[in-house]
Amino acid sequence: MGHYILKRLLSLVLTLLVATVVIFVMIEVVPGDPAAYMMGLSGSTEATEALRSELGLNMGAWDRYISWITGMIKGDFGTSYTYRVPVSDLITDRTLVSVPLTIYALILSTIIAIPVGVISASRRGGFLDTLLMGAAQVGVAIPNFWFAILMVLFFSTSLRWFSAGGFPGWDAGFLECLKALTLPAISLALPQAAILARVMRSSVLEVMNEDYIRTARAKGLSKGQALMRHGLRNALIPVLTILGLQFSFLLAGGIIIESIFSLPGLGRLVFQSIAQRDLIVVKSIVTLLVLAVVVITFVVDLLYAAVDPRLREGKRM
Amino acid sequence: MKLPLNFIIGAILTTIFLCMALLSLVWTPYDVTALEIADKFQAPNIDHWFGTDHFGRDVFSMIMIGARNAVMVSLVAVGIGMLFGVPLGLYAAAARMNGGNLIDEILMRGNDLIFAFPSLLMAIMITAVFGPGAINAIIAIGIFNIPVFARMTRGGALGLWSREYIMAARVCGKGSMRISFEHILPNIANILIVQATIQFSIAIIAEASLSYVGLGTQPPDPSLGRMLNEAQTMIFFAPWLAFVPGGAIVTMVLGLNLMGDGLRDILDPKLRQRKAREMEASNAAS
Repeated sequence: MGHYILKRLLSLVLTLLVATVVIFVMIEVVPGDPAAYMMGLSGSTEATEALRSELGLNMGAWDRYISWITGMIKGDFGTSYTYRVPVSDLITDRTLVSVPLTIYALILSTIIAIPVGVISASRRGGFLDTLLMGAAQVGVAIPNFWFAILMVLFFSTSLRWFSAGGFPGWDAGFLECLKALTLPAISLALPQAAILARVMRSSVLEVMNEDYIRTARAKGLSKGQALMRHGLRNALIPVLTILGLQFSFLLAGGIIIESIFSLPGLGRLVFQSIAQRDLIVVKSIVTLLVLAVVVITFVVDLLYAAVDPRLREGKRM
Repeated sequence: MKLPLNFIIGAILTTIFLCMALLSLVWTPYDVTALEIADKFQAPNIDHWFGTDHFGRDVFSMIMIGARNAVMVSLVAVGIGMLFGVPLGLYAAAARMNGGNLIDEILMRGNDLIFAFPSLLMAIMITAVFGPGAINAIIAIGIFNIPVFARMTRGGALGLWSREYIMAARVCGKGSMRISFEHILPNIANILIVQATIQFSIAIIAEASLSYVGLGTQPPDPSLGRMLNEAQTMIFFAPWLAFVPGGAIVTMVLGLNLMGDGLRDILDPKLRQRKAREMEASNAAS
């Protein structure tokens, strides 16, 4: 196990390093002169020159890369060009919206998906199964931003149950914030729940064919009892992997949803920064999101290996 | 042989959209570049099946052309993914089977690297840095299709390399690249076709998302995503402007997904469950 962790950790660090190079090249080398890009067409020569020296563009690309990386390791992400505050402060504020939103969406999607998957599997081929899996097919096909627009139309404009957007800030109280995050969380959760329900269903079906379920049934347990006591835990393993993947997907996938609901989250910040050409912020957020994906994948792999020793041999497909 | 119901429904939906997209090349009910302000905000009626928008343009005609743009972007993007991903996967598997573990390892870690980037965010970044437009949207979506196909090809190919008929081909003196293309590729073609259908539907949603935020297909070319964006401010008095393009995206994606599922049932009944789960896993990440 120790050897396995070390190997995975090494590949994690390597992936991160290469990822930072890719991000750096894309943002600082490809657009030509980042300072001119950030200033846009209206920038005067002096202003562009000032920004260039502020960004340290007079250094070579290699030196800039090194100072960016070492800065980030120390927690210094640089100063936002448009907001004039340290990027790390901006990110911390926004994370306090995005991460709770993601967790909220993940909880919702799990609460919906697991019972749907189990019910579908236990009624395999029946009317309820067809109905639920048909609904899941539609759920997968719905773009979450369209679903968000429809939800605003029904729940905010027609029924007036929720506000159409905005976030009161955590000082306004937990329940207020939860309410503000509800519609966005549902919009994010629905398509994910549909995918998860389908995985859960096929996972339960597979587990129910296992010998130990037959043994449990032979000992007199009903189908439901066998599933609850022995099957469910095993059926949840593939679901866990996907939950891990979905966490990072949702964290980044909130860009559009956060914009629709005017939530001050990471996704909206990155989108605004792209529009305002604030490359320093974009660079840091993308790096952090990649870090999140890589670390979560790593943790899920470790959990997986802990549960199933066969996977330690590195037999990942 | 009896075709599964999901395949039939999916194939019908997909065919309808493909025909509409193709038809829009030569004919649409109305000209979508002509503005008829006098006819603006008409609810769906006999003349305008899906109503008109704020410029008096016919929504049905715009959907036809929007569908065509979505299909074109997605088709080319998935094509890029297969064009690069499949040979990469074949090469990685062949290299591993011939003792080149290092090459395989490097290729697959490169794949993991692309997977580590949140795809929508990267697509937005690519189109933001290189400029918005259909071509950059294609590239942005296409890049993320490469590892999907590479991984799937490699997985399928590795399973085949130990089969007797591959051994026979090796004994005949065929090189590993020739074996890959002549014997391995035809045998994994079915899983690749199924995956292509699924990736196609994912690409359509991705194109719609990019256009929705203004980074995909540019005006005056209609696109389903941007129609939704424009509809947002008018949804209270012209709700059909939001319902119709959204409905079109959902039907298109639903059709492709059903067809993919059906194809999987037809081509690979034995592997159905296991593959289904793996595909769900990879789709969940994209």
